[in-house]
This record gives sequence, structure tokens and C-alpha cells, in this order.
Amino acid sequence: MDEVRNLLALYRRLIEARLRAQLQYRTSFALEISGTVLISFIDFVAILVIFANVQQLAQWTLPEVALLYAISGLAFAFTDLAIGHLDDFPGLIRDGNFDLLLIRPRGTLFQLLTADFQVRRLGKVLGALAVLAYALANLSIDWDLGRVAMLVVIVPVGVVIFASIWVTTICIAFWSVGAREASNAFTYGGQFLSQFPINVYDQWLRRFLAYIFPIAFVAYFPALFILGKPDPIGLPDWLRFASPLVAVAAAIVASAVWRFGVRHYQSAGG
Amino acid sequence: MPAIELEHVGKDFVVRRAAGRFRRRTDVVHAVSDLSFSVEPGSLVGYIGPNGAGKSTTVKMLTGILVPSRGRISVAGLVPTRQRTKLAGRIGVMFGQRVQLWWDLPLIESFELLRHIYRIPSQIYERNLSAFRQLLDLDKFLWTPVRQLSLGQRIRGELTAAMLHDPEILFLDEPTIGLDVVARQRVRELLLSANRERGMTVLLTSHDLTDIERLCSRILIIDRGRLIFDGDVDTLKARYGKERVLVVDLEEPGPALQLDGARVIRVEGPRQWIAFDGERLSAAQLTAAAAAQAPLRDLTVQEPEIEDVVRRIYQERL
Repeated sequence: MDEVRNLLALYRRLIEARLRAQLQYRTSFALEISGTVLISFIDFVAILVIFANVQQLAQWTLPEVALLYAISGLAFAFTDLAIGHLDDFPGLIRDGNFDLLLIRPRGTLFQLLTADFQVRRLGKVLGALAVLAYALANLSIDWDLGRVAMLVVIVPVGVVIFASIWVTTICIAFWSVGAREASNAFTYGGQFLSQFPINVYDQWLRRFLAYIFPIAFVAYFPALFILGKPDPIGLPDWLRFASPLVAVAAAIVASAVWRFGVRHYQSAGG
Repeated sequence: MPAIELEHVGKDFVVRRAAGRFRRRTDVVHAVSDLSFSVEPGSLVGYIGPNGAGKSTTVKMLTGILVPSRGRISVAGLVPTRQRTKLAGRIGVMFGQRVQLWWDLPLIESFELLRHIYRIPSQIYERNLSAFRQLLDLDKFLWTPVRQLSLGQRIRGELTAAMLHDPEILFLDEPTIGLDVVARQRVRELLLSANRERGMTVLLTSHDLTDIERLCSRILIIDRGRLIFDGDVDTLKARYGKERVLVVDLEEPGPALQLDGARVIRVEGPRQWIAFDGERLSAAQLTAAAAAQAPLRDLTVQEPEIEDVVRRIYQERL
């Protein structure tokens, strides 16, 4: 417990230091925040365009898809805020600067995850919150304790799932130089797929998203529960509560892959 | 218990190269072949070798960065890669070519963060920081962001960062690279005092052999992944540096002198450089022989420089 408290205190210090550094450039900071708000809306416009042409998308209405979009968007936005700098990890490996994490008396994954905190990506959070407000205003949900709890819990759970995917896939950098692009296909690509109900996809992709690459647990299954909606593809009901377990499993896989990668680190230079 | 101990340590890298348009060939490079040595606590050891000899690879294995392919390593009684975080708290590492400080933060903030990363008790932190502020003259730029520091200032900051937590063993990879003479001297003094006053064990790699000569009581030379010399500076010179050089200024420029047991290695106007084996011939004998051939105006004897000695070792191996 003391160890956890110590790590959290250290995390806070590192983040505060990063914030002080980022706030040195106030104008670019403000511009970037407004830019990311805009980007997250443009994504949603794509969904609005679809619903301008159809009443329902695979038995989902616009406010229902908006809820899905908002949950997935919030989870991804917080992940990006906290660990978006993982995209730069392949550079750290290529230059051999990963050495510097290995000579410090803390876990390497902890050091990497806490190396930065990009507040300018806060814009995405704001965008997703706006969509969430729209969805909740247009849905008539029968709120009870379980549904409120699900809505509160599902965002951090989604963060863990996205973060685990990010860590697992960026580990490709330990072996190959094209890691960033490969990883982005899974992280940004995964987030894109999770904005839509998985029953719009072909069966093989559906199975992939539910059982192997667990994006369906970020928003799809929890949203079914919150909406009290029968699963259009008839998957078992208990899957709606499985997201926290899936998150734990994903995190275990990510840390195992990470440890395996670190042992294969070859450093750089003489 | 030795501070550092290696037994038959080796490290291979697998290198994939393009061979033809689509095929790739896999080569195994032995960066370190078979290395055994041990270092007693409190020693100051110079670890040198030509580029690609395996110096950095060794340091990286000792600090837990690289997993050795073979052999056994113990540093401060720990196995580096297995007990990496524990070891990291007890050693200090500085790579002259890497920036361990936070690039966009003032120097003092980097120190503050390291204090928490290393869990340095505040008493020790305050004591060490004020000592380094004085010894390395940090006050002028302590509140300057690291990206605005000169190289010399940054290196002083890096050294402080590596030593704030009172490490038992200090690994320095090219610590004086790019420093001017004054800064270099200051760094040497700091290392000597840390070694004498706190009994810190120091393993130092450097291209600047003056660093090594001034600081190190023991020199290890590595080449092609093997240890080829282990001893002190005097032994090194005695073994490889028997050749002394007599520099003579003749009254008139003339052809190279012909002398038994010595050879002229350079002629520049009236000045000639004559190399001779110091064990077979004395400088006085050689001077007499030279004066018999041409009138001399002036002369000096050059003792072997450590640079020459080491260059000769490398050349012999090639």
C-alpha cells in the first residue's frame, strides 16, 4: 500500500513538472486544445452524416450510437491524455535512450507511462463530453444504481483496455522499426471501430472484437446494459458485466509482453 | 566481496542484413567474447579500448541495461538484470552522450525529481546538493532550463544527477567528452574526492587518456571483446612503452642520422626525432653517437606518452 502511495505521489510530481514545462508556451497550448476539440467533432459529424440518410444503423438509433461514441471517445481521450506519448517510444528505442529508464530504480513501464502528460489533448475529452450530453438528453434511460455505476466505472475500465492495447502493440518496437504505424492501426483503429455498434460489422470482425482484440468491451457491451437493449446478435448477457475482468486480463497480457520485450532490448551504439 | 565481478561473460548481437532483394542474412556479432575480471571496492578503474571493442556493451551489462548472453555478473553483490531496480539505487551511471536530465525543466527541478525517483532522504539530498553546487560551481545555472545550458554546464549537471543518491559504484561512459580544459580538471577533482572521501568505486571509460592517467590506479584494456591488459599505468608503460624518443637540433639541416639500435622517425629542417629502446640504450650513449655524426645545438628526451602506448597496443592487434 505504501508502495502504491509512493508511486502515485511520484506520478503527481512528474505530471506537475510536465505541466510547468508545457505551460511555458501558452498560445500554442490554447491553439492545440481548440484544435483537438474540433477534430473530435468532425469524427462525430461522420456519424451524423450516416443518420441523415438512415433512421437506424443495425437497429441502433442516433442517440444510442452517440452514447457508444461518447463512452469510447472519453475512454480514448483520457488514455491519449495520459499515455499518448507512447507513440514516441519507438524513437526512444532507436536512439538507445531507453537505457536511461533502465538505470533508474523504478519499473520501466511506470517510467514510460509517466514520462509525459499532454494536456493539450484535453480537447478530445471536451468533445466527447459534449456528445455524451447530447446522447443523455435524447435518450430516455431508466436510471438505477446499476446503470449509474456502469457509466461511472466504464470510462476508467475503457482507459485500461485502450492503454493495454497501446502498450502491447508498441512493444513491436523492441523488434522492428515500423512499430509506430503498426501500433496506431490497433490504437486509433481500435478506437474508430469501437465507436460503432459491432453488429454492423461482418461476423469474423465481430468475433475478433469480442474475443481477441477486446474493443467491444470498451463501449458496446456496457452501452447495451445502460440502454437495456437486447443484443442484436444474441451474445450472452453476462458479457455486459465482463469489461472490468477483460481490462484486468488485458493489463496482465500487456505487462507480460512488456517484460518480454525489455529482455530483448538491444540498446544502440558501441 | 568485490564491487564488480565478471566470469566468462559474453554478449552476442544478432544482426540482420539485406542479402539480395528480398532475402535477409542473419549474422551473429560477438560484441564481448569472454571477459573475466573483478574490481575491489574503493578502486578507480579506467576501462579503455578502441571503438567497437566492447566497452559500452560491458558497461551496459554491468548496469543492467543489457542481458549477457553467457557468463556470470555480480555488481554490488547483485545480478544486474535480475535485480535491476535494486541495483539502480546503489549505482550511479552517466553516459556523456545521453541526456538524463529533463530537457525543458530547470536543472534544480531535475534534481528534485531524481530525489523522489531515488527516494533520497532529505538530509543526504541537501548535503550532496550543496557539496556539488560548490564543487562544480552550479549556482550560476541551477535555475536555467537544461536545453539552454552549454555542454560543459550540462555535463556538470549530469554528473551531479548520477551522484546525488550516494552511489557505491559509479559508471562513467566518456564523462569529459566535449569539455574544455578547466571543466575537465574540475570533473577529475570531483571524482578523486568522491573516491577518496566516500570510498566510491569508479569505473570510467574515456577516449581522453589523460583522464585515465590522472585518475585511475588500474587500467583495463579491452579489444575485440577480450581483455588484453590489466594493470597500473607504470606497468603499461614498462610493457608497451619501452621506446623513448630523442629529439635533436643539428647546427645545419642534414640527412637522417644513421645510428645503431635507433631509427630516425621524423626529420623537420635541422630537427630530427630518433626513437630508441630505453632498455638497450641510454640517452647519453645515443647522444654521444649522434654528436659524433653532426654537431648538435640542443636536445630533449621524450618519455612515452600513454596515448602512444595505447595506440601501439591497438596497432599490434590489428
